[in-house]
Amino acid sequence: MCFFKKAMRTAIMNINWIEFFATAVRLATPLVFAALAAAINSKAGMFNMGIEGMMLCSALGAVIFAQMGGVWVGLLGAVLVGLLSGMIISFASLTGKTDLYLTCIAFNLAATGGTVFIMYLLTGEKSTTSGAMRAYEIPQVSIPFLKDIPFIGRVLFQQSLLTYLAAFAVFAVWFLLKKTRIGLRLRSVGENPKAAESVGISVTKIGYIAFAISGILCGFAGAFMSMSWVTFFMKNMVNGRGYIGLSAMNMASANPVGAALASLFFGFSDAAATTLKTQSKFPTEFLEMIPYVATILSIVVINLIRIVKLRRVEKGSAVTAK
Amino acid sequence: MADEVLRMQDITKIYPNGFVANKDITFGVGEKEIHALVGENGAGKTTLMKILFGMESCQEGKIFINGKEEKMQNPLDAIAKGVGMVHQHFMLLPSLSVAENVTLGVEPMKHGLFDFEAAVKQTQEIADKYNFNVDARRKVADLSVGQMQKVEILKALIKGAKILILDEPTAVLTPQETEELFEQLMKLRDNGHSVIFISHKLEEVMRICSRVTILRHGRCMGTHDTKDLTEASLSKLMVGRDVVLKIEKEDPTAGKPIVEIKDVVKINAYGKRVLDGLSFTIREGEVVGIAGVEGNGQTELSDVLCGMGGFATGDVLLNSGSIKGKSVRDIREMGLAYIAEDRMVHGVAADLSIKTNIVADRFDKKEFRHGLFMNSKKIDEVVDGYIKEFEIACDGRNQPVRMLSGGNIQKVVVAREFTSGANFILANQPTRGIDVGTAEMIRKTIVRKSRTEGTATLLISADLNEVLECSDRLLVMRKGKVVGAFPKANEVSEETLGEYMLGVKEMTLEEMEGLL
Repeated sequence: MCFFKKAMRTAIMNINWIEFFATAVRLATPLVFAALAAAINSKAGMFNMGIEGMMLCSALGAVIFAQMGGVWVGLLGAVLVGLLSGMIISFASLTGKTDLYLTCIAFNLAATGGTVFIMYLLTGEKSTTSGAMRAYEIPQVSIPFLKDIPFIGRVLFQQSLLTYLAAFAVFAVWFLLKKTRIGLRLRSVGENPKAAESVGISVTKIGYIAFAISGILCGFAGAFMSMSWVTFFMKNMVNGRGYIGLSAMNMASANPVGAALASLFFGFSDAAATTLKTQSKFPTEFLEMIPYVATILSIVVINLIRIVKLRRVEKGSAVTAK
Repeated sequence: MADEVLRMQDITKIYPNGFVANKDITFGVGEKEIHALVGENGAGKTTLMKILFGMESCQEGKIFINGKEEKMQNPLDAIAKGVGMVHQHFMLLPSLSVAENVTLGVEPMKHGLFDFEAAVKQTQEIADKYNFNVDARRKVADLSVGQMQKVEILKALIKGAKILILDEPTAVLTPQETEELFEQLMKLRDNGHSVIFISHKLEEVMRICSRVTILRHGRCMGTHDTKDLTEASLSKLMVGRDVVLKIEKEDPTAGKPIVEIKDVVKINAYGKRVLDGLSFTIREGEVVGIAGVEGNGQTELSDVLCGMGGFATGDVLLNSGSIKGKSVRDIREMGLAYIAEDRMVHGVAADLSIKTNIVADRFDKKEFRHGLFMNSKKIDEVVDGYIKEFEIACDGRNQPVRMLSGGNIQKVVVAREFTSGANFILANQPTRGIDVGTAEMIRKTIVRKSRTEGTATLLISADLNEVLECSDRLLVMRKGKVVGAFPKANEVSEETLGEYMLGVKEMTLEEMEGLL
């Protein structure tokens, strides 16, 4: 116990809080993309577990394409690879009529091994490209004037370009779902595919579109992992972030804004793990657990709240209309 | 006769499992005509219409629209050719507005975005044109069933449908709503639309249709002018024998109370009081009928009685014991038999055999056991007996239930429930969507069991004829309460019933005294 107390005290004392918040926002970036991708799929009636694998493929794609023409080609490559992986999953499950869950699990496993295999073919390395391939980084952008605001300026306005893009994507996905025809059709397919089909909307086509959009978002998430979080590809570097994004979406019932906020929360727990790792003497294995434990706990808590609310309403003890 | 706008020629459809749904069916619909398509369940009406609407393909046959041969590959083709369909189960999106539902697929656009205001305007215009009283901005989830149906019709009209298919449109409506629908259909007809009207209810067919095409076992039994037919001759064409629409029964000798429902309140997930202080008693040897527009607490009442749903306050006694907190199994042991509303969900396990389904509630009884194991010989013997007794048309006791027709599946359910030895039968929509012959058998058995064995029965049904004919005492439910009670069901007219169902009239507790 004494050890823990001491470790905790030094940890808290040494934390640079501004850096901590900035890290949290930074680490939330891929989660926001992943959660938005999951939300698009979910609104179209599909639970996309393949986000993890899609991100991993994109992360490798980013590094490889960047070798050919720099950071922007890398970003484009990541998006293309994300799109392609979305198409692979949708082709299997929509055209090939395979079970979506099994397809996604298979895809994730294939991505784990496949990315290492391709990395080995290209570099002869099996764990990381850091020594063998040139590092590229998506530029950090400091927004003039805003960056000078104390605290907030550092936390929000001196971030990677992709972090701003993530914030914009939240709005874009919301706009797409609420204001466009594709969005209306997507929601209609998700709510009642038969009804959509009966008025001539192709459920398969909408499914492909949903996977295309989520593929692009996963591409950005992957690019962030290998060109912003770190500047190389590493075996299994997504490390469950796709699943965490999926949980964030689930907590917010596929609402884009809510999903982004939940992602931010997970970003904080990730930052806590990262910061404590360097600042304290806690065993790292224990600290690395934080984001995942936070995920499980928050899902349980959110669902408990839902259940309790429902119980109270059913029992009639809640104050409700009529 | 007016020009023919639609002709389906020699349509044959065989499903991959070898089931012949349609065989050489030919029928035509004239301009400005309401044409009835009648037949028992499984006669192939819906399949035929799905072929017309491009939802199913057929092996043989041609479809002509205005004399021109057309291929219907998918619903889009059909819509483009002016065919619209209102499905039996609504194809609506409850979370969206009426306007969004109506314009889905043909959304108005402005600057590349969905234009909600234009959608509202278009919807309201067409609704006003045909006197459809719906608000385009409301959420579909807040509408009544009758209004939802109007949204369905609007959906077809906005896409320019000239030929409108209505698959059993009146099954879910009250008499008054049906009346309104008929007026609107006639208005549509006078405006140059043709309507294909699928129904089980012969008096409706006789009233609004000029011609009727009869299907039996996937074959066409010809098209007749309704003025040349009577209800009796039409039903003969449908089933090949006269169906007795009346049930002969003597007055009940009601004995001691079997089920006592005392001030039961149930609140659903949205905080609505779906059962609002419900109290009544069912006695030995009588059939109590519950009429009411669907969604007024009947489903919840049935859930409470069979133990699948809890309730907030009040109590229910079955054979003098409270069922509060008891499991379905416990309540069955206390004397419940239950014919569930949705037989495919709660009535049977579709992939299991007839045998398994029948013994599902009793396989652990001593007589069906050999120590630790089941006594197959005894079970087979009993099941074969029931298959014979209830005339279940099947290839044998090991056939999976899902291979059977709707009527035969229901026979499997009643074979189990009627023989379980219970003295309380809870029958929720026992004959919904099944053929006339089976329906008649089920109704007669319910009445016979109450007279000879003294079972108490609660019959919940949306089919007014059924509750009026089968029940002794009749209660009307509205908004989770009993709003009307009649001592003799067969002396109540459908119109009177409709007034109570819709809330035009309501009885006070004093008026209903002694009837609850």
